[in-house]
Amino acid sequence: MSTSSVSKGCFVFKPSAKKKKTLSLEDHFIHGCEGADESKTRFKLCQYLWDQIKTDTELLQDELNTKILDSLLDFTRKCSSTRQHSDWASHMRASEIPTAALVLGVNVPDHDMTFQSLSELLRQSVTPHVASVQAKECGALKHLIKRVLESTLCDWYTMNTKKSYSLTPGKKRSSPVKDDLQHPPIVIIFKDLEAFNAKVLQDFILICSRYIERLPLMFIFGIATSPSTIQHMLPHSVSSLLCIELFQSLSCTQHLATVIDKLILTTHFPFKLNGKVLQVLISIFLYHDFSVRNFIKGIQLALLEHFHSQPLSVLCCRKKEALLNVMQLGHQDLERIRQLPSFKRYVEKQEPQEQEHLLTDDTHLKEVCRRLIKDLRKYHKHYYPTLRCLHTLTSSLPRYPLGKQIRELHLICLEKNVWENEEYQSAMKLLKMLAKDELISLLKKCAEILQHSKSKNMKSALLLLEAMLAKFKQLDTVVAEPPPPAEEFITSPVKNLQKKTDLFQLQKALLEMNESRRSKKLSPFEVLRNEALQFIDSLVQSHLSPPESQTLYEVCYYSSSATVRRHLNAAPRTSIQAALNSPFYYLQNDRLKSEDGSVSNAAPDICIVYKLHLECGRLINLFDWLEAFATVVSAAEGNDPDSDSFGKVDDVKHARFIRAVSELEFLGFIKSTKQKTDHVARITWGGC
Amino acid sequence: MSALLQQPGYEEERLQTVSKKLPCREVQAGMLLSLMGQPHQYSYPSIFIYGHQSSGKSHVLNVLLKELELPHATVSCVECVSVALLFEQVVLSFFGCDAASLLPRSPSLSDFVRIYRQQSSQSPAKQTRYIVMEKAELLRDSDANLLPALLRLQELVEDNVTVILLSEIVWDRFRPNTGCFEPLLLHFPDYSKGELQHILAQDRNPSYSDEFYSAYINILLGVFYSVCRDLRELRHLAALNFSKFCEPLAEGKVKETDTHKLWRNIEPHLKKAMQTVYLREVSSLQWEQMQQMEEKENGAVRGLSAHTHVELPYYSKFLLIAAYLASFNPARTDKRFFVKHHGKIKKTNFLKKNEKTSNHLLGPKPFPLDRLLAIFYSVVDSRVAPTASIFSQISSLVTLQLLTQVSHGDQIDAPKYKCAVSMDFICAISRTVNFEIIKYLYDFL
Repeated sequence: MSTSSVSKGCFVFKPSAKKKKTLSLEDHFIHGCEGADESKTRFKLCQYLWDQIKTDTELLQDELNTKILDSLLDFTRKCSSTRQHSDWASHMRASEIPTAALVLGVNVPDHDMTFQSLSELLRQSVTPHVASVQAKECGALKHLIKRVLESTLCDWYTMNTKKSYSLTPGKKRSSPVKDDLQHPPIVIIFKDLEAFNAKVLQDFILICSRYIERLPLMFIFGIATSPSTIQHMLPHSVSSLLCIELFQSLSCTQHLATVIDKLILTTHFPFKLNGKVLQVLISIFLYHDFSVRNFIKGIQLALLEHFHSQPLSVLCCRKKEALLNVMQLGHQDLERIRQLPSFKRYVEKQEPQEQEHLLTDDTHLKEVCRRLIKDLRKYHKHYYPTLRCLHTLTSSLPRYPLGKQIRELHLICLEKNVWENEEYQSAMKLLKMLAKDELISLLKKCAEILQHSKSKNMKSALLLLEAMLAKFKQLDTVVAEPPPPAEEFITSPVKNLQKKTDLFQLQKALLEMNESRRSKKLSPFEVLRNEALQFIDSLVQSHLSPPESQTLYEVCYYSSSATVRRHLNAAPRTSIQAALNSPFYYLQNDRLKSEDGSVSNAAPDICIVYKLHLECGRLINLFDWLEAFATVVSAAEGNDPDSDSFGKVDDVKHARFIRAVSELEFLGFIKSTKQKTDHVARITWGGC
Repeated sequence: MSALLQQPGYEEERLQTVSKKLPCREVQAGMLLSLMGQPHQYSYPSIFIYGHQSSGKSHVLNVLLKELELPHATVSCVECVSVALLFEQVVLSFFGCDAASLLPRSPSLSDFVRIYRQQSSQSPAKQTRYIVMEKAELLRDSDANLLPALLRLQELVEDNVTVILLSEIVWDRFRPNTGCFEPLLLHFPDYSKGELQHILAQDRNPSYSDEFYSAYINILLGVFYSVCRDLRELRHLAALNFSKFCEPLAEGKVKETDTHKLWRNIEPHLKKAMQTVYLREVSSLQWEQMQQMEEKENGAVRGLSAHTHVELPYYSKFLLIAAYLASFNPARTDKRFFVKHHGKIKKTNFLKKNEKTSNHLLGPKPFPLDRLLAIFYSVVDSRVAPTASIFSQISSLVTLQLLTQVSHGDQIDAPKYKCAVSMDFICAISRTVNFEIIKYLYDFL
């Protein structure tokens, strides 16, 4: 194709016929892969796991919402049925518009799902006429009415046309409820009440109340903050037209707790998050948005990253598949396994001969890997029930030494050996002070948890626990004898205490007292209690070690918390400043490297200008700035410092300077000011 | 008072039913009738009727126009989001659908007058036509020429038509700057206590005697008259509480005539109703359920304003606290609160005169985003990276109406905000994060 032409012009190049091969999704999973097959399996596994997580969370969401949705549905049904009464009282009553105030909490992104399932349910079981409106579409009354009419009229049309079809007998049984109600109500859902213009809302309610005698209207207000916003938005003359009933949804922290319980504290999903990643996700939830949806998105990101970046993630799947995949590992993958820190640790513990075998013999390594993968699964099977047991025991202790929520305990356990923790010790001490009935009820709960587990170890633990519980029961029947006369024993040193005033003496006496108490003969209950706690302690020590201690844990655990944080909690300002301060970070050009944090004079103009502006106060003299810039740039060009032209401003430098300054202005570091001529103002603070 | 309405040109029987349906409004109805004159006579071009909520304005007109079968169009101005709807409704009810379809897509006032004249020349009015505009105060917000034109519509269309405006506001607040045709003013006074009693007693329950019901109404008015004179609301309350009033009767404890005992039974109940259901703290459905639940479980239903607690993410709480401090502290005191070695600043000399009055009495002041963030970083206990989600939390606080944006929306380089939460609210929030906000408020120094 030629672009030679007599005059200047633009030339269009059409793309050539053979197109670039578009990459399918699977082809992106090539990081460290030998063949296309492997990337395909990794992609498939990732897809499969995500689908599973998605369906599970959706089910969970529905389950959690059922209660509130059911009561809402009841409310709508009740409202539409009372309307048809005709006794004296309902005749006399001012006809109010039934209104459900649905308090959903501040996690606005999660609301969409709730409203979606709500309107679906309403359509299925109460009324075909459901309109949901959002504040951003309804700036004026006109638009609000338009939106409502559009959606309800549309439904009305489809229903009426459907009716003519549904005369055929087959279809009628599908909607038995609908036939009961002669006049299904028209439900209008205001998704975000706070964002609505108060005037628009008031007028709309006034208009609706004019038709309430003829049209069975009903409102649902979605409220993010608190129900008192209704009173802030609507004056009494308007709110007296409504019959408001309150519905409170589950708090988002409870919601998160169930999601964690079902998604993370389970052996169901082979994919795991390590402590730091989980900590990042949870703190984003608690500190920033309260959004469960974003939390699940975070898990999705981690899942994707894991399968994308870790070639050994082919082994992160169900047991059977994993064992199969082990056999299909290539030599390169096996080398990777040998490089894993956890595997190295494992090798070091073996006999020298075995070590050599492991490092050279591929088939032997595969066998070992199969065993190790089984071990890892076993570890998980023991970990979760034990974690739950420990949580039930400690969650009701005063001051919650090991956390109130199970996620806190889980985080502690992921971090390091929990039994070496100081809090764990204090929790155990507190447990030793529990009264009998409390302890028994807690142990019973533990036994219930262990019952759900199918592994052998857990079953034997359950047997032990049940035997212990039986012993506790025996205590009840056998020990009816009076308690030993311990009172004397204790009171005597106290009496002695009163005589002494010396601090040292006091300490000594107290120690003695303590000693004597310890040496005191333990009651059978105390003996049994200690035994039970020892049992729990041994359970914890054998099963709650952190995953890092397990061989091959890298296969299942995603550990790059920095990646997750960078993606989910972006810091645009910090990255701009990092780019300006050390351009090497992004450009990776060796010339830009500098040790002491100063910018090399070969850096891009904007970096130099930025660095110079940090040395100024609130107002910057443009001419001085330009002079400084010219000096730095001249040095970069290698001009002789003694020559006349050094540091002189020529047109090119001037233009470069102006461009750099306007780029800084665009980024929001400076702005023009009228306070002084030839000056600009800094918007940021700090610097040199 | 009970003088029957009299006006030649109308049937005697009809007038009687009208006066029966309009208790305690005979004077006003009579006045209106005489203004309207006989059906075929021209009436005054425009009449302006004002009076408080539910003083019977619409009711009187509806009854008169319906019972006497006069041609009329009733338009509520709330519904008319555009003037087109108003014109359409008027033309529709006078001349039918065909005429209404003649109106162009977004009709101007002259289009309306043209169509009206065209139609009325085809079917001239045999009786006065009435256009009733409810909530006429909203007409002031529409086109400037609409109200003056409506007031002299009779002249413009050369037809026997009268426009009646109903409003809760006096005429003085309507009068345009440019002047206009003055309508006839007619005031509907509030019902007196006696009148309310008379009207309410009329809708008695068919299963009880007149005296019994009017005794009930008497008690009800005794409690509610001091706070509420709205007939509609009183009627609603009467219906809600009547079953409770009848309870001892149904149990056979008292006789119908024993008013004192009945009063003792119902009075605390009504007092409670005044604090809850009247204020719509509790919906009427819930109120009825509460009555059935008996005394023991009372208080189980909490009012709307009892739920003020709002759960917020951790940093949102601190952002809100920072916003509150920025709104209620003078900017010059920031140094004193947030810089470590600030030195002593005397309160009296330090501030200008107008700043000495309590900032809480003056209400929240706007502050720029920079100041909010500066206070936020010094208030929050850990190091916080200035991530995108911190900024998005500010905007979500704005959508939740806990903050309000003062500057215009498209001024993005220096947005200004105001804090819109109450002192109690912010105290509750700061208690959850162990922050003693009182120590940082200049007013409480």
